[in-house]
Amino acid sequence: MDDIAILGVGMHPWGKWGRNFTEYGVKAARDALSDAEVGWEEIQFVSGANSVRCGYPGYVSGSTFANALGFTGCQLASSYAACASGATALSIARAQILSGVCEVALVVGAETTPKGFFAPNAGERHEDPDWLRFHLVGATNPTYFALYARRRMELYGDTPEDFAAVKVKNSRHGVFNPNARYTKEYDADDIANSPIVADPLHLLEICATSDGGAALVVSSLEWAASRGMTDPVRVSGISTVSPTYPNSVIELPYLASDSWAAVGDETMTFKDNIAGRAYEEASVSPEDLDFAEVYDLSSAYELDWYEHIGLCERGDAAKLLRAGDTALGGRIPVNPSGGLGAFGEAVPAQAIAQVCEMVWQLRGEAGHRQVEGAKVGLSINHGMFGHGSSVICTR
Amino acid sequence: MAAVEGLFTLDVDEPRLIGGRARSRGSYFFPKSLAGSDPACLGDEIDEVLLSRTGRLWSFTTGEYAPPAPYVIPGDEFEPYVIAAVELAEENLVVLGQVVAGVSVDELSVGMEMELAIDVLYSDDEHDYLVWKWAPAGIIENGEG
Repeated sequence: MDDIAILGVGMHPWGKWGRNFTEYGVKAARDALSDAEVGWEEIQFVSGANSVRCGYPGYVSGSTFANALGFTGCQLASSYAACASGATALSIARAQILSGVCEVALVVGAETTPKGFFAPNAGERHEDPDWLRFHLVGATNPTYFALYARRRMELYGDTPEDFAAVKVKNSRHGVFNPNARYTKEYDADDIANSPIVADPLHLLEICATSDGGAALVVSSLEWAASRGMTDPVRVSGISTVSPTYPNSVIELPYLASDSWAAVGDETMTFKDNIAGRAYEEASVSPEDLDFAEVYDLSSAYELDWYEHIGLCERGDAAKLLRAGDTALGGRIPVNPSGGLGAFGEAVPAQAIAQVCEMVWQLRGEAGHRQVEGAKVGLSINHGMFGHGSSVICTR
Repeated sequence: MAAVEGLFTLDVDEPRLIGGRARSRGSYFFPKSLAGSDPACLGDEIDEVLLSRTGRLWSFTTGEYAPPAPYVIPGDEFEPYVIAAVELAEENLVVLGQVVAGVSVDELSVGMEMELAIDVLYSDDEHDYLVWKWAPAGIIENGEG
């Protein structure tokens, strides 16, 4: 797969600002355009990552952001893939660029979130698994995170102290990130003293719902070179894969996993599959990574990702953590941005924010959270119902 | 009455989940309406089947805070509850459910035998709305549930 160039990145700081999501997206887009030294009127295609919590304008984010920046007649797309929306929007922009439909594009996502648990859409829908899991089981998003965490404890001997150590690590990284929502350095006692939400996970170990916005200006390598950018950060691989059958792990928002009775092999799960496509496209393997941005929906969830992206064998993630390998200064820093632990989640912006961090790291512009000499980074997440999302950036 | 029809039987002594089974492929689904994730089942007939009522505990957690609607708080005040994911004995699929009241996480461990129960999810003036729940095997027969 050919690379595309990332010319500019921008973010609106994460927080609980309570303002119109469009405002965050416009701020991020303007910063990305300015960073790229590209004029808005030069953008040929806008790829919006949708919000489902901000009314109709959120469902048509491409035109909402284009309108707010000024209608120029450029081409638009709006896409939703839950937490994977940002990577999906980037993948559409890449396809447009590599097919020659456009040369330079803006990718943007933003959201304003309500307080507390994410809730399903209104109405009574007996065949919607998202409705059923709330109504019949009272299973919130943290329910699933906690099931995975407990399983790590029982299968691999991970401890609540390990999980807390992930949050401590990410909070130390987030202190240095001006776009992070939480810039306090937490210690293990802070976490142990916060209330349990879903045993064994404490409030401070579960991703908050945040407001925020993020944007990228991307182009063909030729267009970048025509602007004098001969060594841009490149998107070298994107994965937007679905699960493969059977996925033996019970995933949000389902009431049941797949059955492996007919196939007999339950070892390859959805999250094991996601990074593979990105590695393949980028001709990169886990040993080549200098850092990774992973979706720490909970502290324990970050440990799952170490194994799913191939940093270690299944069950060994806590060893990496305890050795300090995944902290800044370690062998393979994970979430140098501070991750969701420091940001909370602004759904359609989050996968784009992961790419913003990769760009700052690969340009050497990440300040006190810089991974020295970083050349290859990977981001990963997934959208519920089965949207994979992973991006590999190189320089 | 069932809180949602068609997902489980109301046999109080031996309740069963109602799932789907692909006729030639043999894979199982719960609920039946979500049959289809197995690509080998495309075009296969999906038969309605009653699923095993026992299995091994895959994982468990608690709900310490009231979820948003459509969760209905039973009674006047929210009470925390335990949730289990159980791998069904025959079908090799993992099914979520609340755990019957009176069982704490300290009494649970991954791999232990669990069985299906029917319990009240919430009530109004006219009906008790019923749902399946999980119980450690044996406690209901022993009269402790």
